[in-house]
Amino acid sequence: MDKPGYFGQWGGAYIPEVLYETFRELREVYAKAKADPAFWQEYVALMGSYSCRPTPLTHAENLSRHFGGAQIFIKREDLNHTGAHKANNVMGQGLLVKRMGKTRVIAETGAGQHGVACATMAAKFGFACTIYMGEEDVHRQRPNVFWMEKLGATVVPVTTGSRTLKDAINEAFRDWVSNMDTTHYVMGTVCGPHPFPEMVAWFQSIIGQEARKQILATHGTLPARVYACVGGGSNAMGIFQGFLADPEVELIGVEAGGKGIDTGQHAARLASQDASPGVAQGYKTMFLQNSDGQMLDTHSVAAGLDYIGVSPLLTDLWEKGRVRFAAATDQEVMAALDLTIKKEGIIPALESSHAFVQAFKEAGELSHDQAIIINQSGRGDKDIFTIAHAFDDPSWKEFIRKKGEEYAAR
Amino acid sequence: MQLAEQIRAARSKKDILLMTHLVLGYPSFGVNREVIRQMVENGVDIIELQIPFSEPMADGPMIIKANQEAIAGGTTVADCLAFAAEMTAQHDIPFLFMTYYNILFKYGVENFLCKAKEIGIRGCIIPDLPPEEGEEYLRLANKLGLAPIQIFAPTSTEERMRTLAGHGDGFIYCVARRGVTGSKTEFDASFDAYLARCRKATDLPLAVGFGISNREDVRILTGKADLAVIGTATIRLVEEKGAKAVGSFIAGLR
Repeated sequence: MDKPGYFGQWGGAYIPEVLYETFRELREVYAKAKADPAFWQEYVALMGSYSCRPTPLTHAENLSRHFGGAQIFIKREDLNHTGAHKANNVMGQGLLVKRMGKTRVIAETGAGQHGVACATMAAKFGFACTIYMGEEDVHRQRPNVFWMEKLGATVVPVTTGSRTLKDAINEAFRDWVSNMDTTHYVMGTVCGPHPFPEMVAWFQSIIGQEARKQILATHGTLPARVYACVGGGSNAMGIFQGFLADPEVELIGVEAGGKGIDTGQHAARLASQDASPGVAQGYKTMFLQNSDGQMLDTHSVAAGLDYIGVSPLLTDLWEKGRVRFAAATDQEVMAALDLTIKKEGIIPALESSHAFVQAFKEAGELSHDQAIIINQSGRGDKDIFTIAHAFDDPSWKEFIRKKGEEYAAR
Repeated sequence: MQLAEQIRAARSKKDILLMTHLVLGYPSFGVNREVIRQMVENGVDIIELQIPFSEPMADGPMIIKANQEAIAGGTTVADCLAFAAEMTAQHDIPFLFMTYYNILFKYGVENFLCKAKEIGIRGCIIPDLPPEEGEEYLRLANKLGLAPIQIFAPTSTEERMRTLAGHGDGFIYCVARRGVTGSKTEFDASFDAYLARCRKATDLPLAVGFGISNREDVRILTGKADLAVIGTATIRLVEEKGAKAVGSFIAGLR
């Protein structure tokens, strides 16, 4: 039996003393909610009325035919309110915040999806909201900043460290150690100190519960393989939980290969040889760090995957051989995204497109009567600036240039 | 002599002791060397040497910057250990390491603590390592006679303080307020009540840190705490006025 908060040797709660009581309270309120069937019912009902749940499982017939192998199914987390699976976690934690009687929420965000989701939750429940976002990500994901601000959140650009997701997490903790009496930190992924990994995984398990029922209903058997992109790992843990108890279902996590594993400019913790065990941001996992334990800069075209660590739950499942890991390069991601748009009229987020890359590489190996599921964690059309830039689209650049001139002339 | 006894002995001669802090390699080991010399010459009782870490979660902007720039400037853990060995050989006051757990974890907790002991370090402050996660660290530190300094916070309950004190040695580091290092602390009635709770929970000497920056702050702590911890204030001073300003600043604190 693992120590509480541990998954194998990974996880834990490496927190400063000032937050000890705050975590004690959080563990307590989470345990109560988990033991209370009415809480889960309230959560499912809320996700049904506010966020289009259950999200569909789409049979991608054209892609299936194109690769000539397995039947490809896409779990449509992109159809959640705010366009990503992040909605599941924030609404769940929002219900807990109400139970704790706190009045303010804070969050980190990388791609901005979690920040936007958190800001909508705060608006709906009437909480004050501050979002910490790496300065580099603020530039990469300006439209999400616009929406967070419109939703009433304060967006704080983080200028320390590498100015990306990990630094936003550090800043959110620094806010929390000052304001824990009124404030809950809505961690966006299945990382950080216990109980966050387990708690966020619980809220995200709704994806896997639905997907399992849906694939059995439409395809008649369990899928051969399930693919999900892995940044922190929340969408992956969400869908994988639906199939963890089915050893015949192979689970594949796809990390950011960035400019290629060999270049060192990537964020592949488990699919490369570059990560090692470490303790940072409150938990123990495999981190991209140097031999002294200093965290390295990571790279990905997808801000949401651009992170040094990975969920302790996934590291454990990787170590036990239950989840296989692969990496997709920025270039492969753009090709898979383009193909999916053209063949299915579906626009996955850059993050989600990583899962598509690996599924496309393997679909042909399987037979027509087998099924695979790709978790489409988010939608790409929201990230038009990033995606248009990544495609280096000439007419888009012309539009932006003209728009700039128009504003400059005023 | 054990660190706690040594502190008690020093306290019998001074109303309050001073512990200062610096980030190794920031702005350079050369400046660190000069700052430490001035601190010791002007009566500092204990010095806390922070080994820089890329994710200093409990620190405020000034110390974050110092950590970042030290690492960017090429400071390694090996450099810090070598420098600490030089300081403990040169100066006859206790030196402690302050750092985050990953630095120990990557070095190997046992190797790190043995090395620290070997070079004359007297204890460690690891703000992200609660006793629940620090079994190996606590066991080895105790075995080696290195003080595993425990931290109290204003949010700690009395029961929690007693648990922490049971794992601690040397002294207890009482964080003066919520938040991170480097901003102002208000010494009001609730602060006095907090210190009284700390005092009740342990017989170990009490150090108070976070936001202690001048003579007035030290005066307020006199009679309530055994050590006043000056952290960000000297780093800021060195930044603004250079290492040579440290001596008179320290001399003017009490």
